[in-house]
Amino acid sequence: MTLMAILSTGTANIFDLRSGTVLVIGYGNPGRMDDGLGPALSARLEACALKGVSVETDYQLVVEHAHEIAQHDHVVFADAAIKGEAPFSFTEITVPDHQPPFNSHSLSPEAGMFFARTMFGATTKGYMLGIRGYEFDGFDERLSERAKENLEAAFSFIVKLLGR
Amino acid sequence: MAKTRVIEIEPITRVEGHGKVTIHLDDHNNVREARLHVVEFRGFERFICGRPYWEVPVIVQRLCGICPVSHHLAASKAMDMIVGAKKLTPTAEKMRRLMHYGQIMQSHVLHFFHLASPDLLFGFDSDPESRNVIGVIDKMPELAVQGVMMRKFGQEIIKATAGKKIHGTGAVPGGVNKNLSIAERDGFLRDIGKMKKWAHGALDIARKYSLDNLMAVQAFAVFNSSHLSLVREDGALDLYHGNLRALDAGGNIIFDQVDYRRFNDYLMEEVKPWSYMKFPFIKSRGHIDGWYRVGPLSRMNTIGFIDTPEAGKALAEFKNLTRGMPNHMSLAYHWARMIETLHCVEKIEELLNDPDLQGTDLMVKGERAGEGIGVIEAPRGTLFHHYKVDENDLVTFCNLIVSTTHNNEAMNRAVKKVAQDHISGKPKITEGMLNHVEVAVRAYDPCLSCATHAIGKMPLAIELYDADGNLIDRNSQYL
Repeated sequence: MTLMAILSTGTANIFDLRSGTVLVIGYGNPGRMDDGLGPALSARLEACALKGVSVETDYQLVVEHAHEIAQHDHVVFADAAIKGEAPFSFTEITVPDHQPPFNSHSLSPEAGMFFARTMFGATTKGYMLGIRGYEFDGFDERLSERAKENLEAAFSFIVKLLGR
Repeated sequence: MAKTRVIEIEPITRVEGHGKVTIHLDDHNNVREARLHVVEFRGFERFICGRPYWEVPVIVQRLCGICPVSHHLAASKAMDMIVGAKKLTPTAEKMRRLMHYGQIMQSHVLHFFHLASPDLLFGFDSDPESRNVIGVIDKMPELAVQGVMMRKFGQEIIKATAGKKIHGTGAVPGGVNKNLSIAERDGFLRDIGKMKKWAHGALDIARKYSLDNLMAVQAFAVFNSSHLSLVREDGALDLYHGNLRALDAGGNIIFDQVDYRRFNDYLMEEVKPWSYMKFPFIKSRGHIDGWYRVGPLSRMNTIGFIDTPEAGKALAEFKNLTRGMPNHMSLAYHWARMIETLHCVEKIEELLNDPDLQGTDLMVKGERAGEGIGVIEAPRGTLFHHYKVDENDLVTFCNLIVSTTHNNEAMNRAVKKVAQDHISGKPKITEGMLNHVEVAVRAYDPCLSCATHAIGKMPLAIELYDADGNLIDRNSQYL
C-alpha cells in the first residue's frame, strides 16, 4: 500500500504525524517467526533516530504502555497481521467510549488508548500499522521471505509518513 | 448408576496461560471431583536440545512473555557451571540481582493491582462487569495509576540491566555484559522513594484485607501442605541464590541447606494422564504425600527472617498470625506477595546505592563442565533449569521445573476445596460461585503458559453441561 493509497482511503489527519511527538510501539514475539514483524520495524526505526520519534519494543501491549502513549501527541502501533492486506494496512484508531474487551497481559491498541485516556487524560491520536505476516508457528527468530518484503514496504512508508 | 454433571471453567481468567477447571457434580449437585487441567502442549525442552549453550539464556526467554527474566537468570546460573564460573564478580552478581528484583517487583505488582485486586476490593461475588481492572480505574484511579507506574519502574530496571525488554542479553555464562551507568542509577533513585511508599500502600491493602476478613481467609482454600524454597545460609529470604529447604505442614524440617545442584536426589516428577503439567514431589515422602507448595506464601513459611528492615517487620507480623507455624491459607499468598514487593523495592534501593554496580569487572571463567543446574526463586516460586552440554558446546539434555508446576497439586486441592465449600449442594450455580474457584487458582498466580511452555491467551468461557453432557449454558468475557 502506498501513501497515496492510504490517503485515498480517507485515513484522517495522517499528515499530523509530521509534527508533534510520535511514539511507535512495535510488538510481537520475535521467537515466533513473523510475529516479530512489529519488533523488527521498531529496530529499523530506532536505528534512524528520527527527531521527535520515540520507539518502543515489547512482546505485547500491556497496561503500562498507557502511560507512554499519554506522553505523546501520536502513537503508531506496529504489529504483525495474520490476515488482511499485504504488504500492510494503516488505519486510524477510534478510542472506544466504553471498556473494550481485553485481557490483562495483551491489550488491543484500542484498549491501550482507552487506558491512556481514562488513567492519564491522554488526547493522543492513534494509528495501527498491520504488517502482513505468513508464518507464526515455528520457534524461530527469522522472518519469512514474504514478511521481509512487507517489512521493507512498511518501513519505507512509515519513514515517509513521519517526514523527518 | 447415578449420572454426573460436569461444569467446565475454560479458560480461567486473570491467570497467565490457558487452563480449565472441571467440576463434576452428582445428581444432588454435590461436588465429586474438581480438577485444574492444563490444555496446552509442553515441549520446549526438546527445542533447546542441539543449540549452543551460550544461546540458551536468551532462547529460554521465549518460554514466556510474562517472566522471561526468571528463565534468563536461571539458565545463566546453569551456564555459569558449564563455563566453570564458581563465583561471579561483585558487579555481575549485583547486576543480576538488580534485574531479578526488578522482575519480581513488576510481576507481583501486575498480579496484585490488575489481576487480584478486583476480587479483594470489590468482593468475589460482585458484578463481573466491574470486577476487573476497569472497575479499579473507575473507583480507585490513584491505585490503578500506582500499579501502572510501579510496573513501569520494574520494567525499566529490567531494560537497564538486561539491555532490552525483549530477549535481554544482560546475563551471560560467567557474568554480565554491562554495568549500570550513573545516569541510569540516578534516574531510578529519583523514583525509589515513591516506589517504596506505594509498595507500603499495596502491602497495607493486602494485610488489611487478610485481617479484616480473617475468618473467610482462614476458611478459603485452606489445606495443610509442605513448603519448599531456596533460603540463604543464615535462613534469610534470598530470591536469587541459596540452598533448598523444605518444611512439612507442622513446620518440621524435611530437608535443609541442600545444595540445589543435588535437587534430583530430593525431588521427582510424576505424570498424570489428564494434565500436560507434571506433578513434582519430595522423594522421601513418596508421590502421594510428597507434594508441596512454592511461591511467596511458601517462602514466608520457610525463611527465618528478611534482611531488609521494612519487609522484615512485615514478615514478623505475618508470622505472628499463625504463631510461627506454617501459614496454609491460599489467600495469604497476596499478603506474602506484597511483603516481597516491599522487600524487592528495598533491595533495589540498597543496590542502587552500591558503587559495585558501576564496576567494570564483569566476567569470570574456570574449568569447563558438561552439566549445569541453575535454580532461582522466580515470582511464582522455585525455578529449576538443568542442562547437559557435549564437547561441541551443544545442549544434549534440558529439563525445566517451572514454579507453577510445583504448585500443581496444591492448585488442584484448592479448586476442590472451594468447589466443595461454595458449590456443593447448591440448586443453582452462579457466576459468583464459579469466580470463587477462579479466585483460588488466581491466588497462586499460576503461569500456565510457562508451565506448559507455550504462549497462551486468556479469554474466559464458562461452560455448564447437564448430566447427559449437553451444553446448557455458556458465558464468556475477557480479562
